[in-house]
Amino acid sequence: MIKSGKDFGRERGIQLILAVAASFSVLVTAFIIISLFEEMSGFFREVSLKEFFTETRWSPLFNPPHYGIAPLVAGTMLVTVVAMIVSVPLGLASAVYLSEYAPDKLRRLIKPVLEILAGIPTIVYGYFALTFVTPAIRAVIPGTNVFNALSAGIVMGIMLIPMISSLSEDAMMAVPMSLREAAYALGATKLEVAFRVVIPAAMSGIVASFILAFSRAVGETMIVALAAGSTPKLTLNPLESIQTMTGYIVQVMLGDTPFGSIEYKSVYAVAGVLFFITLSLNLVGNRIVRRYKEVY
Amino acid sequence: MSRREDSFFPNLEGRKRLDLIFKLVFFSANLVGLSVLLLLLGKIVRDSWGWLDMQFITSFPSRFPEKAGILPAIYGTVYLMIITALFAIPTGIAAAIFLEEYAKKSKFLSFIQVNVYNLAGIPSIVYGILGLTVFVRWLNLGRSLLAGGLTMGLLVLPVVIVTAQEAIRAVPESLRHAAYALGATKWQTVRYVVLPSALPGMLTGIILALSRAIGETAPLIPIGALTFIRTIPKSPFDSFTVLPIQIYNWTSRPQADFRAIAAAGIVVLLIVLILMNSIAIFLRNKYQGRIKEI
Repeated sequence: MIKSGKDFGRERGIQLILAVAASFSVLVTAFIIISLFEEMSGFFREVSLKEFFTETRWSPLFNPPHYGIAPLVAGTMLVTVVAMIVSVPLGLASAVYLSEYAPDKLRRLIKPVLEILAGIPTIVYGYFALTFVTPAIRAVIPGTNVFNALSAGIVMGIMLIPMISSLSEDAMMAVPMSLREAAYALGATKLEVAFRVVIPAAMSGIVASFILAFSRAVGETMIVALAAGSTPKLTLNPLESIQTMTGYIVQVMLGDTPFGSIEYKSVYAVAGVLFFITLSLNLVGNRIVRRYKEVY
Repeated sequence: MSRREDSFFPNLEGRKRLDLIFKLVFFSANLVGLSVLLLLLGKIVRDSWGWLDMQFITSFPSRFPEKAGILPAIYGTVYLMIITALFAIPTGIAAAIFLEEYAKKSKFLSFIQVNVYNLAGIPSIVYGILGLTVFVRWLNLGRSLLAGGLTMGLLVLPVVIVTAQEAIRAVPESLRHAAYALGATKWQTVRYVVLPSALPGMLTGIILALSRAIGETAPLIPIGALTFIRTIPKSPFDSFTVLPIQIYNWTSRPQADFRAIAAAGIVVLLIVLILMNSIAIFLRNKYQGRIKEI
């Protein structure tokens, strides 16, 4: 049957609709950037860039107010570092076991457990941090604040284990079997194969999993909003109450801050910094992960 | 053992022992995840014990924990998911079809693809601020269900696109060739051959995306999902609350009884999530490999 002209019009119309849907994702990014910048420019008309990046106090409600983002960034990094200390060794060890040691049956048992851990809503982790981990820490170290970076960081670290484990395992699984067999033929044990052959060969993929987990920790909101506190502070002590960038955004958004006030605009400045940090980390991490998928 | 043999088997015993020790260490790393999961579930069930009953499901929030319930939160969650699904599923699948079936390899295509991957990694609270700016203020939707549902739709869109793409990619090329050989147009091939074969995979992805949306709290905080509402939303323009927001509100109060009803809310949320994921697993198992059988 010969296609009529109308058919071609229909085909082209459908293609156009699909193309619009695909471009929509780019539009979303554009809108994120535009909406952040609009209010940010208002914020930076009232607060200088110099103050924002060099001042060491964040106290929007004091008179005079101070708008130095350093304490919020420091709080975020403190929680993130604790989370990485928990998740990197555990996630990597889990990945090595799954990729190099685990018999097939056990793999099929462990993977769903990790998937469930990954699927638990962050609000539930937040509840767990505040009502279980914090009391446990306070029982061991009595001087600990009710809100502290340690509890939030530990729970966030547990949340990140499945992410590091599964991304690192993908990278290790992608290492060609022949490399392992060559090492076994030379008399290496599994441990030696894992540490001297598989991990070095999968290194960039493993590092990418760390980067993506780090980015996730920086942007994580509910655990820190519940468990880490709301006192912006430049400190290295994880037992103190701090505030993260995401925690500040939640605090302001829950209040009755009027549109257009400087406090309202400050949320956009903080969100802008958050967006910039996570986007840069994701760009690097995703590029490495995707290169992996293409090579093997 | 002579020196010569020794160099062939340098400390084999010790190396094997080390291997065994590390095998146990690596294994126990996996036990950490499992034990935390059990601890967490046990803690939540114990905290909520005695609080989860019909009264809790059918009541409105209250100043008194023993009278409080999650009825508006349940309605809010269901309505929000409907709006999210109506927006994200067609848009996501259409985008995936375009990227996999229509688009030619180009700079712009890889730009869109990289953009989709990176959208998935943007913190959910930033989506909330996007929703507040674009939907609540610019489009003047107010702090409504519609604004919340669209925001959540944007959040899960990358997940829907990526999983739909994977499902489409898994459809064997031979099926398409067969359709073309019968004279089908591009769209006919997509509509009658590719989509039906890719549907189970897409459904799995959609359910996973929606279960992510059901548990998300952060993006709805800037939208202003209220926690103390005495009415069930009747239109998309009404104010609303959802389960995670209600749980957050109760958890952040210091009284033990509010923590208990927060735990009861978590149990409800987890039961819904388990149901959704069971459906996803069921679909995956039922349709897995069906095309290969043909």
